[in-house]
Amino acid sequence: MSPLLSVRDLKVSFDTEDGVVAAVSGVSYDVEAGKTLGIVGESGSGKTVGTLTIMGLTRAVNTKISGEALFDGKDLLTSSEQQMRSIRGDEIAMIFQDPLSSLHPFFTIGAQLVEAIQVHRNVSKAAARDRAAELLGMVGLSDPRSRLSSYPHEFSGGMRQRVMIAMALANDPRLLIADEPTTALDVTVQAQILELIADLQRQTGTAMIIITHDLGVVAEVADEIAVMYAGRIVEQASAADLFANPQHPYTRGLLASIPRLDRDRSIGLDPIAGRPPSMISPPGGCAFHPRCPRAFDRCSEELPQLEAVAGSSNHRVACLLEPAERSRKA
Amino acid sequence: MSGDPLVEVRDLEMHFPLTRGVVLQRQYGAVRAVDGVSFSVGRGETFGLVGESGCGKSTTGRLIMRLLEPTGGQVLFEGEDITHSGRRELAPLRRDAQMVFQDPYSSLNPRKTVGSIIAEPFIIHGLASSADERRREVRDLMDRVGLNPEHYNRYPHQFSGGQRQRIGVARAIALKPKLLVADEPVSALDVSIQAQIINLLQDLQSELGLTLIFIAHDLSVVRHMCDRIAVMYLGKIVELTASEICFTEPRHPYTGALLASVPIPDPSISSVGRRPVLKGDVPSPSAPPAGCRFHTRCPKAQALCSQQEPPLAEQVNGSMVACHFPLDQAEATALLPK
Amino acid sequence: MVRYIARRLLWVVFLLLAVSFITFIIFYLLPSADPAALRAGRQPSPSLVASIRHQLGLDQPWYVQYGRYMKNLILHFDFGYSYQNGTPVRQLIFSRLPASISLAAGAAFLWLVVGLGVGIIAAVRPRTKLDRASMGLALVGISAPVYWLGLVALYLFSSDIGVIPILPGANSYVPLSENPFSWFTSLIMPWCVLAVSFAAFYSRLLRGNLTEVLDEDYIRTARAKGLSERRVVLRHGLRSAITPIVTIFGLDLGILLGGAILTETVFNIPGIGRLSYASIVRSDLPVIQGTVLLGAFFIVFANLFVDIIYAFLDPRVRYQ
Repeated sequence: MSPLLSVRDLKVSFDTEDGVVAAVSGVSYDVEAGKTLGIVGESGSGKTVGTLTIMGLTRAVNTKISGEALFDGKDLLTSSEQQMRSIRGDEIAMIFQDPLSSLHPFFTIGAQLVEAIQVHRNVSKAAARDRAAELLGMVGLSDPRSRLSSYPHEFSGGMRQRVMIAMALANDPRLLIADEPTTALDVTVQAQILELIADLQRQTGTAMIIITHDLGVVAEVADEIAVMYAGRIVEQASAADLFANPQHPYTRGLLASIPRLDRDRSIGLDPIAGRPPSMISPPGGCAFHPRCPRAFDRCSEELPQLEAVAGSSNHRVACLLEPAERSRKA
Repeated sequence: MSGDPLVEVRDLEMHFPLTRGVVLQRQYGAVRAVDGVSFSVGRGETFGLVGESGCGKSTTGRLIMRLLEPTGGQVLFEGEDITHSGRRELAPLRRDAQMVFQDPYSSLNPRKTVGSIIAEPFIIHGLASSADERRREVRDLMDRVGLNPEHYNRYPHQFSGGQRQRIGVARAIALKPKLLVADEPVSALDVSIQAQIINLLQDLQSELGLTLIFIAHDLSVVRHMCDRIAVMYLGKIVELTASEICFTEPRHPYTGALLASVPIPDPSISSVGRRPVLKGDVPSPSAPPAGCRFHTRCPKAQALCSQQEPPLAEQVNGSMVACHFPLDQAEATALLPK
Repeated sequence: MVRYIARRLLWVVFLLLAVSFITFIIFYLLPSADPAALRAGRQPSPSLVASIRHQLGLDQPWYVQYGRYMKNLILHFDFGYSYQNGTPVRQLIFSRLPASISLAAGAAFLWLVVGLGVGIIAAVRPRTKLDRASMGLALVGISAPVYWLGLVALYLFSSDIGVIPILPGANSYVPLSENPFSWFTSLIMPWCVLAVSFAAFYSRLLRGNLTEVLDEDYIRTARAKGLSERRVVLRHGLRSAITPIVTIFGLDLGILLGGAILTETVFNIPGIGRLSYASIVRSDLPVIQGTVLLGAFFIVFANLFVDIIYAFLDPRVRYQ
């Protein structure tokens, strides 16, 4: 079976006053129907720009886009704006980080949901309102019909994110892109939303891309994880594999540098030195080499390709180190 | 904890009035940001204030720093009552207690060089009088927090988020304070940078013998940093205990729910069954629920909880817990990551 | 909301009282020409001046004068009589009001259409030649003084002195009730001249607001829903960007209803603006008082109106 979404060598760069920002420089991944891909990275790693580009939301005169993003066999990158409009919000939907700023403050929840339905479905306003109320009930809001006439500011953060989810699911999308969906929420509310997303995904069979900086969140929801650094995927594996057997020094560094709730204080943190590179003039060779404790001469000259790790069919890493070297303590 | 506590707060209250009217203001309510909080922090200790948004942890920090004047209760610094002290009486506190803020972007003056930002405390308090001496001090400080002293003349925007937080830390430790209040010092930083700042704070604490009040919503970070922890909910402390006990033997259902909610970066640790998802959001602090404030979301709540507010009482394991029906160890264990 | 409006109305009354008092005091305290002497004609005898002064009540202490003025105003809606020619001020104002309203309303329509249109186009095509050209032109429009523009327009287009004599020039104002067609043609030039700087200002303002709003997260949400760009800009973007402009529009209109002195003077339109100008020149206190109060009335009501509209435009605003 061919994947639902297949991204090949996606490159996105912006012309800015300071120079050309290479936000995404050659990213490839597949999303299978009904599965969840987690994309992990820090700010500036290109994790958000990549998916916005697939949605056709970064098109502008100063943006250069190349590569291929086949959704159901159709290339989204070369589709016309009109074709993209009919896909956005219908077959592919998005949830964003901050639910307060992502909802229009002057329109009622009902109006925003009805609009989302009516763009793609030729139904009466009354029918759309019925569907909107049904959706609000589905995401766990009590008394959904009366909520339709509320404004976003009358809701709490968690409720707003539920509304965003309801809006995204309005037309039964086949792919849901969730960009940091819980980052702005309190931890107990985050737990509710993660649970809700997982439940709904089970019910609807929607495939999902979840973008986050939180390794805990991806560990919980993703089947497959791609770790991005400086516009490239540096490691990709099943969730279980990635956490059990991390290969790339960046992935290993991240895991060693975050404090864990299930670990005693006596286990010290081992931070990654330095800071993420500038995307205008990224370092040559492997972009991580200036921060990598295991870097050697070749790393600054040669760009490592994403290659399969021996003994694993779908664990791939972009690192020039010998496999045995990678897991040795620096 | 040895000897006298450095900081002590007793029944601390901060009610922000809600008023209406322009000329004739009438108060029609209050946001009970902090509503009767007591604890003490020993010298050299790291004390954590944890909770979700609106729990009053940041306000408590600001009250201790006396950036706000409490509407009730007491704040004691080195045994001295500073609850209502004026500007002049607060002068020693302003030197001995410093603060590090969450947002390293907005807490530094963009029009001043890093050198002059870090030198500011010396000038304000009339220390290190000559410019040469100040420059030497500042370079020492920059070196100590891991900044290149040659970048003395740069402006904040030329630094990354993590480096800016280092600048904030350098400014805070310039006068060798006794107390450092760190309000979400790493939550605005990238994951790979957070550990650098956490380690920096820990190193400085042991070098300078600092007392640290660490305010955060991230329980993993708090566990890593703190000796003792106060878990706050809607302006009240619900559990006050040693860090290790808090994370292995939580007794308040809210603490348990918090611990169960944190996703663990390890898919082999299953969240299934561990998580009793709390219902709803935190209620508004301007109209907190009667009785135990947590009863509206508590999985263990009974009739008594909505009628009577539970006092903070000592448990068998030494924790202070404000709950009528605290968790037993079996219930607690079920909530912890395994 | 009702209580809020009631409170605001009380406030309006208080403000109008304060304005009337302050204008009265300023006029009374500052050295100005003696209205009695002005009225008495050339080389008047001192006794004539004194009798006129007595007749106008100018020989009484200021508080008596003020008290009498306010009493007549409140009880009989009587603004007094012009020192100049004895006409009731109320009648003067009401005869002039239609011209000012015609001028302000027409110009406002024009500047809204042009200003908002240009603003939207510039905002959706930021940093293009079109954007830069229209915003540059707008800057010129804001900087050009109204009287200069007025004179240039007359020089170019007026039927008597114009290079291309296609429009009625100065002094051609005809009330709407007399001849709607002449009313319209006579006001074309004044409308355009008055609207230029406002249109320019509004287009820059809207461009700024809209560019900012189009970067908001909820605009990204609207696009992610699959809405057409037209709907994204005109419904989601404009709705937010225009809200602050409504406030400014209300105030601008309020100010203009109180008289557009320069435009009325250049085109010789018999409106409130020219009335107040003439009364100032002649130290005609009752007329000055009347026009100032009228202006203040329009401004405070525009303010109140704007605040009420705002509550409907922005659901987050709630008045208690």
